[in-house]
Amino acid sequence: FLSQEVDLDERFGELDLRNDSDIPDVPPSTDSTPEILKRALSGLSARWKNWWIRGILTLAMISMFFLIIYLGSFMLMLLVLSIQVKCFHEIITIGYRVYHSYDLPWFRSLSWYFLLCVNYFFYGETVADYFATFVQRREQLQFLIRYHRFISFALYLAGFCMFVLSLVKKHYRLQFYMFAWTHVTLLITVTQSHLVIQNLFEGMIWFLVPISSVICNDITAYIFGFFFGRTPLIKLSPKKTWEGFIGGFFSTVVFGFIFSYFLAQHQYFVCPVEYNSETNRFVTECEPSELFRMKKYSVPPLLQAVLGWESVNMYPFQMHSIALATFASLIGPFGGFFASGFKRAFKIKDFADTIPGHGGIMDRFDCQYLMATFVHVYITSFIRGPNPSKLLKQLLILQPDQQLDVYKTLKSHLVEKGILQPSLRG
Amino acid sequence: MLSALTLQMLQPGLGQRLELSLRCRGDTCLDGVQRREQSCCPASFVSTLSNLFPSLWPRWKNWWVRGILTLAMITFFFIIIYLGPMVLMMIVMCVQIKCFHEIITIGYNVYHSYDLPWFRTLSWYFLLCVNYFFYGETVTDYFFTLVQREEPLRILSKYHRFISFALYLTGFCMFVLSLVKKHYRLQFYMFGWTHVTLLIVVTQSHLIIHNLFEGMIWFIVPISCVICNDIMAYMFGFFFGRTPLIKLSPKKTWEGFIGGFFATVLFGLLLSYVMSGYRCFTCPVEFNNDTNSFTVDCEPSELFQLQEYNIPVVLQSVVGWKTVRMYPFQIHSIALSTFASLIGPFGGFFASGFKRAFKIKDFANTIPGHGGIMDRFDCQYLMATFVNVYIASFIRGPNPSKLIQQFLTLRPDQQLHIFNTLKAHLVDKGMLASLEDA
Repeated sequence: FLSQEVDLDERFGELDLRNDSDIPDVPPSTDSTPEILKRALSGLSARWKNWWIRGILTLAMISMFFLIIYLGSFMLMLLVLSIQVKCFHEIITIGYRVYHSYDLPWFRSLSWYFLLCVNYFFYGETVADYFATFVQRREQLQFLIRYHRFISFALYLAGFCMFVLSLVKKHYRLQFYMFAWTHVTLLITVTQSHLVIQNLFEGMIWFLVPISSVICNDITAYIFGFFFGRTPLIKLSPKKTWEGFIGGFFSTVVFGFIFSYFLAQHQYFVCPVEYNSETNRFVTECEPSELFRMKKYSVPPLLQAVLGWESVNMYPFQMHSIALATFASLIGPFGGFFASGFKRAFKIKDFADTIPGHGGIMDRFDCQYLMATFVHVYITSFIRGPNPSKLLKQLLILQPDQQLDVYKTLKSHLVEKGILQPSLRG
Repeated sequence: MLSALTLQMLQPGLGQRLELSLRCRGDTCLDGVQRREQSCCPASFVSTLSNLFPSLWPRWKNWWVRGILTLAMITFFFIIIYLGPMVLMMIVMCVQIKCFHEIITIGYNVYHSYDLPWFRTLSWYFLLCVNYFFYGETVTDYFFTLVQREEPLRILSKYHRFISFALYLTGFCMFVLSLVKKHYRLQFYMFGWTHVTLLIVVTQSHLIIHNLFEGMIWFIVPISCVICNDIMAYMFGFFFGRTPLIKLSPKKTWEGFIGGFFATVLFGLLLSYVMSGYRCFTCPVEFNNDTNSFTVDCEPSELFQLQEYNIPVVLQSVVGWKTVRMYPFQIHSIALSTFASLIGPFGGFFASGFKRAFKIKDFANTIPGHGGIMDRFDCQYLMATFVNVYIASFIRGPNPSKLIQQFLTLRPDQQLHIFNTLKAHLVDKGMLASLEDA
């Protein structure tokens, strides 16, 4: 097929990139609504029909979400992984369509290969930490862990060299564009899905509350906009309104507050996920940390008059949930605007047609990405320190004389703090 | 066009070809032939040289220009090494900024996006954010005690990730707010272009600095191997080159490639032998709190102590020795030179492909005869990452002081747990007597 000497680079070079008029038109997305729904809603007007389809699908997605939560952390991890793969696939497909690069078969393999490499690298780094005891027992895995970075780098390099060797005359520019497109997509989807998984391992509540806040913000902003919307918010998304934005903000904060109150009571959500090597399963059982123990807070005088209480029993986590909900409502939408701008830039209505009435998976998850990174940075900055088991692993790799030095430093520190009694033996 | 006339007068027969070579317009030169001598040198420099060496001029002109500039750059390199790690760090940073600037300028030219003034600001802002993030992490690790002393620095380092993320987010939101109707695609392209450039240029310049702090030898040997491979492959190709290597770079030949490989391995062995004898090269760079300066003073590690190796039987007959005294580091240098010769060129091919894709001759015109800074450093980037991964995997473990830092932030019960596990481990290994010792 490449023998058809259409110099794609030449044609591409002629495209007037100064405005967007040259983008090929994407065929209108097919209506993937199931027949049942169509018949049931045949009597309603177009406005309410859309509402109903979206509403039903929303409920379906939320139920599936609850089901997965019930099934546990491992299933959640698999779910996150499949979503990541699907998002990657959607964005790469858009790239193919924009650049007409279906004629470069190498490129599909290379993109998937890079996805595999980067996933291998990240999973090796994070998952190996959590499964330390599982890994210690198996010899082959030990080798993979010890030289993990080197192996990942070698795999990536192999892909890089394949790319260089696959450069074909007259298609250079296209190939470089697809290379860059793949890397930016990897940067966005893969790194952030791993941050989501790390948040998950910190405790399911750190996974559930941010995601629900974003979903709640989406829904309540839509509802407030639907009923009260007057002033447009931003030219990028003409359907968003200031009323929806502000109403969504306040409802999300309240929702986050109440939702975390309920979740904080159950150990299942609050405890870090750990892998029990004896039973070979994930356990979430622990002594709840300080964040999840009721404390008495004095209500500021301003609110005292309104609420009539002088003090209130809250979980400290609920204060954090206010921060999370605020971010979800104020900055999260920027992720949505970014995706809207992207869709307009490439003249597509939705990322894909996977979910009827909602578009592709990427459409649902565009606001989540910024949120995942924020939660991760928030946790590492304000909540917890480094991971103790990872620290221990690194300590054990040191040279023996270094270990002895560290031991002495730690001992003097602990004695100083009174945590260790000098006379204590073993 | 004055220079073209000068040359035409000197060498009437070749004036035609040379005149063609200097027809440059702006950043790009029109050429139908992929000959390096047609780069846009500053006309005055070339004409000065042509006046000095009229008889040698025709074939060797390009050789001389490149040769002189190469010597100039190498001398500059030695001076910088002499000046110490701090200056080296500055140089790396300047090179990084210049490379970033070169690549972004190419992007502007490709997309005609000079009409979007926001974009230049945003690109530089992102560069600043990412640099702030990386330098903050590095500085926190290596200057730990200095940072702890100063109160504002301590807060900045404690919440470093959060602050960097907030800065980045601001840039992201500014980008979203700056999206203009009819220019969406351009803006997204520039956004993507900026991020890929940052990924390539900034992350790897920081890996170079990490390697540098490990010991100057880890910085000098890889870079010299890449430079040596460049030069040797060029020379072998010049004298013996017959079989083309890859369509992307028609001037590269298999003879140059293989000759360069062996020459580089040999060069690496010799250079590391010479350097391993000096402490200023082999010791990790440390910051001395009392004198407030960098020191490179330490007990040389095992890698840099001469050891006796048995020569494999095969080589014994050739070389005539039974054993040889070498530094273990020299074995590692073989690995480094091998990578520099075999995989390093792929970085060069990538850059060649990039230049062809966007129809540019060189990244820029900063260095006469050589092109831009990026042209010189294209092979170095893969090398820097490789050395960093190599060190992390095979040479050293984690940084003990960093581990202690992290330990101090844990909760008391976690600290106790780790302490007891470490103690049990040390007792197991027999490093610690089972009774308490000081």
